Formats: sequence, structure tokens, C-alpha cells
Amino acid sequence: MSMPPWKKFFGPGFIGMLSSTPFMLLMLFGFVAPLLCVVWFGLMPPKTFDILQTPTLENYRTILGQTYFKSILWSLALAVITVAILLIVCYPLAFAIAKIFRGGGYFITYAIVTSLFVSENIRLFGWVIGFMKNGVVGGTLAKYFDIQIDSLLYNIPAIILGMVYVYLPFMLFPLVLGIKMIPDPVREAAFDLGASRWQVFRKIDLPLSMPGVMIGSLLVFVLSIGAISEAKILGGQKVVTIASDIESEFTYAQNWPLGSALSTLFIALTTIVVFFALSRFDLEKLLGKKTS
Amino acid sequence: MIVTRTQKAGFSLYAGLVMLVFYFPVFCIIVASLSEKRFFSFPYPAESLTTKWYESAWESPQVADFVGISLRIAGLTAVCSVVIGFFSALAYARYRWKGRKTFQRLVLLPLFFPQSVLGLALLMWYNFLDITPAWWTAAIAHTVWIAPITTLVISIQAYGLDESLEEAARDMGASRWQILSRITIPLLMPGMISATCFAILLSWGNFALSLFTTGADSSLPEWLYARMTTGYQPLVPAVGVISVIIAVVLVLFLFGIVFWATRKTRNSATSH
Repeated sequence: MSMPPWKKFFGPGFIGMLSSTPFMLLMLFGFVAPLLCVVWFGLMPPKTFDILQTPTLENYRTILGQTYFKSILWSLALAVITVAILLIVCYPLAFAIAKIFRGGGYFITYAIVTSLFVSENIRLFGWVIGFMKNGVVGGTLAKYFDIQIDSLLYNIPAIILGMVYVYLPFMLFPLVLGIKMIPDPVREAAFDLGASRWQVFRKIDLPLSMPGVMIGSLLVFVLSIGAISEAKILGGQKVVTIASDIESEFTYAQNWPLGSALSTLFIALTTIVVFFALSRFDLEKLLGKKTS
Repeated sequence: MIVTRTQKAGFSLYAGLVMLVFYFPVFCIIVASLSEKRFFSFPYPAESLTTKWYESAWESPQVADFVGISLRIAGLTAVCSVVIGFFSALAYARYRWKGRKTFQRLVLLPLFFPQSVLGLALLMWYNFLDITPAWWTAAIAHTVWIAPITTLVISIQAYGLDESLEEAARDMGASRWQILSRITIPLLMPGMISATCFAILLSWGNFALSLFTTGADSSLPEWLYARMTTGYQPLVPAVGVISVIIAVVLVLFLFGIVFWATRKTRNSATSH
């Protein structure tokens, strides 16, 4: 059946594009344009609010001359440690949800999804109450075990605990999806052929669930490198992360161009790490790869 | 898969432990919100259990203001992101078109982006456009982050959409608008309702985006954060618990509507 050309133009291809338009407009005005705005503002002279001036690299020179690289390194280190701890904590739990539990798996999933809807700040504040001097942990130890402890807050382990806690769901659910992709017969065959548990984990479970591992790790990495409240609520002023550096340039220091230059560097750094990880571990290849 | 009893017990023990740690802060918040003393110390005697912080939070006009602003942000965000998400879910899952693969990747982009930086970028963009940030600019910021999530949630439903129903309606001479309102929207309704829940709850609890984009208005998570960083106040855990209760009530209310609506349609379907 031949279609008149105007009807072809309004066919499903056109409708598809039309349906995507509201979202594309939102992205254009709410995502792309603001980011370009940041990059451009980073090239403006320091301590100004006017966007139509001659571009300069002065802000970047200032950044190189100061100790901002320290907070960048702190953010990177905290993010990497968070990812590593979450991988170890979540893998067994994800394995249990995907392969072992039946109803219980749903229960855990619901319990963790529900917590996502409680503001991050409120949940972090729960740790403050638990860990402060005479808090739930300290008070219990003092009363029943006669052990006096000071506040457990405002140090680096507390910050890491907060980040691990807040980002756990973002590691757990991709891992569950990844582990669900491991075919049971492959594991059973390996066991039948005399493979040890460790060998099955190294040669079958881990490679076959790699897409989930990668997606979870990247998600947690990106979220935790931009984290701002964990270091402030649980860490006091012990560690200054790049996100709170950027925030203070915009609030206390009122130096928007410098803050923008820092943001640009931060975005570039995150993008490079994500792209590097994605190119090192090609997801399509991982999906198609067979274990040898 | 064959699982021995010891294996299962071991995994259960581990899962139980993780869940205990996971809900420990929630327990702490509730305990603290019920303590009478201005400076919290644990354990406290049963006589000092009190609901007075809830009462003072309830009566505080300030808290009511922040709740109102948060509700307005969540409402506008939910409407915008579900409408946008509905159409982009069709583009994502239903129609075959040229840019579809690229579009599917693009949708994920804002989710992989640090929220605090996105909030800042929007703040500068508003400044450039000469817009004074207020509660509705925060709703735009929330929509940029939540519309991808509603898209994905509705897409799950759209993948299961039976295309032949739409085609049958078209063959019988229904207009595009009739197909959309009589077939597509009712079929995708469950997905849209859960997307609304996601949008409201995620917007309600969001802090990183609100921090920079609310301007002179202040949302509930922002107010809580400001109080938390300036030292302990017993009002904070109480307001925290209240905020969770409001979120739960909102969702139960939505599910109530869904339950009522599905029963109504089922009744009308059986009576015809």
C-alpha cells in the first residue's frame, strides 16, 4: 500500500520524535543551557556577577595557586572508599536477594526503597543522635557495660559511614539486577566439575554480574563525589570536599566566577573518570562475553 | 538453585544485620523526638517520654510555612514530571523512531550528574535570565532530575502496552486525541500513578537541588539542615518524623485513589 508523502511524514517516526520534544526542551533549558552557563561564567573576571565581559583564565590560575586540589583529592578518595566498601557489603546481600530469598527478598527490597523517600538529611541526623556524646550508642555502653566513650562523630570514618549508608540502595539494586543475569546451570555445572566456591565466584559470578557491578559503582561514585551533607553533618569541618568548596564560593565568598571554574573542573573530572571506566569495561562486551 | 539450610541461615543472618544497621538511625530519630529533655541523653526514664515537641512543631507557624512550600514544590514537580514523563515514555518504549537509541541514553544523563552542581548551574542560569529564584524555580530544578525517573517508571508500563488496541481504534476511525485519551492514558495509568508517587516523595525529601534554587523561600529539608548544623534541638527529630509521616500519608492517599478508581472501573466493566 503506497502512502501519500504527508502521511508518511506524520507516521510513527514523527510521533516518536514529537513525544520526546517536551523532555528534550526540558533538558535543553534545564540542563544543557545551565551547564554552558557555568562553563562560560568560569571565564569571567573574579568577584563579578555580570556575564557579558571579556573571558579570562584568571580563575583557573587562582585555583592552581591554592589548595583546592586537596579537596578534590579528598572527594575522590572518599568516593572510591565508599564504592569499595559498598561493593563488599552489598554483594552478598544482592546475591541473597537475587538467588536465595523468595518473599524475604521482596521484603528487603521494599524496606530499602521506602527509606529512599526519607530525606537524606533526616537519616544522617539519626546517626548524629546515635553517635553523639551520651547518644544512643554511647549512653547504652555507659549504662549497661560501664564503658565511657566520647562522641564518635566528626571524623573521617563517620563521614564514610554516612556515605555508605546513604548510597547503599544505589549499589544494591544494580547488583541485584546483575546477579539475576547469572544463569544457575552455569554455576551448577562448575560445581559439578569440582570448582571451589572461590573459583565459581571469581570465574563465573563476578564476570557475569559485571554489568551490575559497573553500573552500581559508577552511580555511587558520581553521587558520592558530589556529596555535600555527609561531610557537613557527620564530619563537622574535619574534611572539606570539593562540593562544599564550590558551595562556599557561591555563598560566603560571593565569588561566582571562581565557583564556576571549580564546578567546571569538577564536572570535567567526573566525566573523565566515568568515560574512562566505561571504555575500560565495555558494557556490551561484558554482556556478550562467555566465561572461559 | 540448590541452597543448603546453613547457607540460607547465614545469608538471612547477614541480611538481618544489614537491615538492623540500616534502620538504626530511624530508630534514633524516633527515640530522640520523644525525649523531654532539651539536651538529649540516652537512655532516659520512661517518665520523660513526651509528645510536646510534636505539639510545638504542629503549632509552629514557621514549620507550617516550610511544609507549605515543600508541598507546593512537590505538587508542581509531580504534575510537570509526570506529563513530560508520559510523553517521553512513549518515545522511549512505544514508538520506533530514528533518534530512539540516543534518546534512551540521554534520559539517564541527569541521573548520573551530581545534584549540588546541577542546582548551582540552574542558580546561575536563573541569574542570567534575570529570574528571582523562588519555590517554583526549585520545582523546575526538581523536574530536571525527576522527569528521567518518571520516564523510566512509565516506560516499564509502556513496554507492555498492547499496540493492537491502538491500531484497532485507529482502524475504527478514532482520532489521535480519542486514542490518547480513551486507550493510551488509561492503559498507562498504573505506571503514571507510581510515577506520581516517586515524583512527590523524591521532591519532598530533596535537599541538594533545593539548597541553591529556592531563593528566599525555604523547603523543609533545607530548614532541617540549617537546624542540624547549628547544634542539637529537640524540635528537629520531631519535625523529621512528621515529614516522614506526611510523605507516607500522601502516598497512602494516592494509593487509596487508585484502589477506588480500579474498583470503580472493574465494577462498571462487569456491569456492562
